[in-house]
Amino acid sequence: MIKLNDIHKSYAMGSSKLHVLKGIDLDIHQGEFVSIMGSSGSGKSTLLNILGILDNYDQGSYHLGGKLISNMSEKKAARLRNEMVGFVFQSFNLISFKNAMENVALPLYYKGVNRKKRNLMAMEYLDRLGLKDWAAHMPNELSGGQKQRVAIARALISQPKILLADEPTGALDTTTSYEVMAILQEINQAGITVIIVTHEHDIASMTKKVVRLKDGLIDEVIVNGELADFSSQYAREIQSV
Amino acid sequence: MFDLDLWKEILSALKQNRMRSFMTAFGVFWGIFMLVIMSGAGRALQNGVLDGVRAFATNSAFFWTERTSVPYEGFQRGRRWNYDNQDLEYIRSNVAEIEYLSPRLFGWQQDGDNTVRGERTGVFNIYGDYPDYFKIDQWTTLKGRLMNEIDVMQKRKVCFIGERVVETMFDKDEDPIGQYLKLSGVYFQVVGVIHPETRINIGGGKKEETIIIPFTTMQTAYNYGNIIHFFSVTARKGYSVSSLQEKLKKILKERHQIAPDDLQAVGSFNIEAQFIKFGKLFTGIQVLTWIVGVGTLFAGIIGVSNIMLIIIKERTQEIGIQRAIGATPGKIMTHIVAESVFLTLMAGYIGLSLGVFILAMLNKFLESQGDELFFRNPQIDLRMALSALAILVISGVFAGLIPAKRAISIKPIDALRDEG
Ligand SMILES: Nc1ncnc2c1ncn2[C@@H]1O[C@H](COP(=O)(O)OP(=O)(O)O)[C@@H](O)[C@H]1O
Ligand SMILES: [Mg+2]
Repeated sequence: MIKLNDIHKSYAMGSSKLHVLKGIDLDIHQGEFVSIMGSSGSGKSTLLNILGILDNYDQGSYHLGGKLISNMSEKKAARLRNEMVGFVFQSFNLISFKNAMENVALPLYYKGVNRKKRNLMAMEYLDRLGLKDWAAHMPNELSGGQKQRVAIARALISQPKILLADEPTGALDTTTSYEVMAILQEINQAGITVIIVTHEHDIASMTKKVVRLKDGLIDEVIVNGELADFSSQYAREIQSV
Repeated sequence: MFDLDLWKEILSALKQNRMRSFMTAFGVFWGIFMLVIMSGAGRALQNGVLDGVRAFATNSAFFWTERTSVPYEGFQRGRRWNYDNQDLEYIRSNVAEIEYLSPRLFGWQQDGDNTVRGERTGVFNIYGDYPDYFKIDQWTTLKGRLMNEIDVMQKRKVCFIGERVVETMFDKDEDPIGQYLKLSGVYFQVVGVIHPETRINIGGGKKEETIIIPFTTMQTAYNYGNIIHFFSVTARKGYSVSSLQEKLKKILKERHQIAPDDLQAVGSFNIEAQFIKFGKLFTGIQVLTWIVGVGTLFAGIIGVSNIMLIIIKERTQEIGIQRAIGATPGKIMTHIVAESVFLTLMAGYIGLSLGVFILAMLNKFLESQGDELFFRNPQIDLRMALSALAILVISGVFAGLIPAKRAISIKPIDALRDEG
């Protein structure tokens, strides 16, 4: 599904260059549930944005669904995003003057689905996320958890193959975070590849694979079975610091 | 295609910046408003002037005499002279291009009143005319009849009077027809009350204060001999009145021993030339109106473009989200351009409506003022309104284009990061 080969990315900082990703090799298969971890500024968001075709990379290759993603026209990228990828952001990024239903329906609007049909579908997705009664509410009338659920519904409505979430629980309290994670797990069980960025170990431990970034490289990849040990190892790390 | 979402977004975007939207829209509003008002006023002046001369034969020329300005054939310069009956006979039988020829005498206004009826007195403009005069400068008959050939042939002591004369010399419910007026000592019977159709006035004063009597009667009754003060001619169809004018000048100079190069002695003018002058003036006014109006409008458009740029900047993140969830650059662009066109059109429409409304009010007011004014029907035509609207739409598109280009030049990722 996702194949990254020696991905480099640097940002121009005035005259100097900030080398953020220094050669990332990563394979993610259909149906995986991956979390990307790492300290602040380690390039997690940068990596996720490249995966979501929101940003381009300088060197290496990125194949998405067998297709090489490189130097795409904005129009093509937009279409591919709309087709393949759903986004969930830390700060929800709902459109403030649209109600929950309209926010959810928005991707379908860009796909050219007619109003009636897309609103019907939006209601269906809101219902699935337990927000049917909140459909007519504006974002500022919703709690953080509700907002994130609306955002997830919006990400799912275009039936993407991949769901990308940059710190989806970063702005939520623990209970709500767990609720959101439960939803993401459910989505993953339906066959959608889910990739999240987080720096919370308990959140990461709810995924099936953890990719840890350090100094622009993949430091370690922990898969399924090892996850149980992961929390305790993390606890030890804390104590040793 | 009506896209409700598009309009919803446009309205909410504009509502979020009420004050700024208003200030921006005001520039466009003012541009169109000025364009309408100025164009309407220019048109009104044109209507007023043209209405005032419409019933006047445009192929007419007028002749009067001035003192000579060049010594010639033993005559000193500064000589006074007059046309006479023989001139007219000569012209009538030798100049084929003439359609109507109408001599006129001006009754000199003595000190004090020239018109008396019992206790009533008044000062009016008294002219001696031929029936042909009414074919060159049209009058309508309110009561009685118009002058005819027999009046002239028989030198009848009849007069045709304007409305102001009736008001001054008669009681309200009195019928002036058949009554007598004493004009500079001679009694004339009123046989017609006449109303001027044009505002071109030869001899000065108000046209409603005119008394016209047969030319021949005036010549004999007041001992003018065979002199003529003034005459009007019209050119036959197919002949230029300007060349007729020159031809007549030459004939008249020869007949009265006036130097061929004396530019002053034969006073004359032709309406055709005046019409052309007026035409140029009105075109000039319209052109000026458009320059100023379009200039103002252009400033308004730049304002809209500016405001759109700022709105785009404020909405960078929102645009980023939209693009992250699948909005194509084309969609975003359409959106912004539509917003700009909407803003421009709304403002323009209000400006247009208000302008037309004010012109309509002005028109109503002017109509209540009678037809004395050289300012009439201040209106703009449909073509003008349509072109204004077209200009608005086009300029709205242009105003939106730059901000739209800016919006899609921002990468979605940068737009998203804009949250700070
Ligand atoms: N557009 C940008 N321009 C310059 N530097 C950037 C830009 N985006 C991110 N960075 C820098 O790149 C590094 C990695 O950023 P990011 O991927 O957001 O890290 P993370 O999400 O892991 O905290 C940080 O030092 C950040 O300041
Ligand atoms: Mg980040």
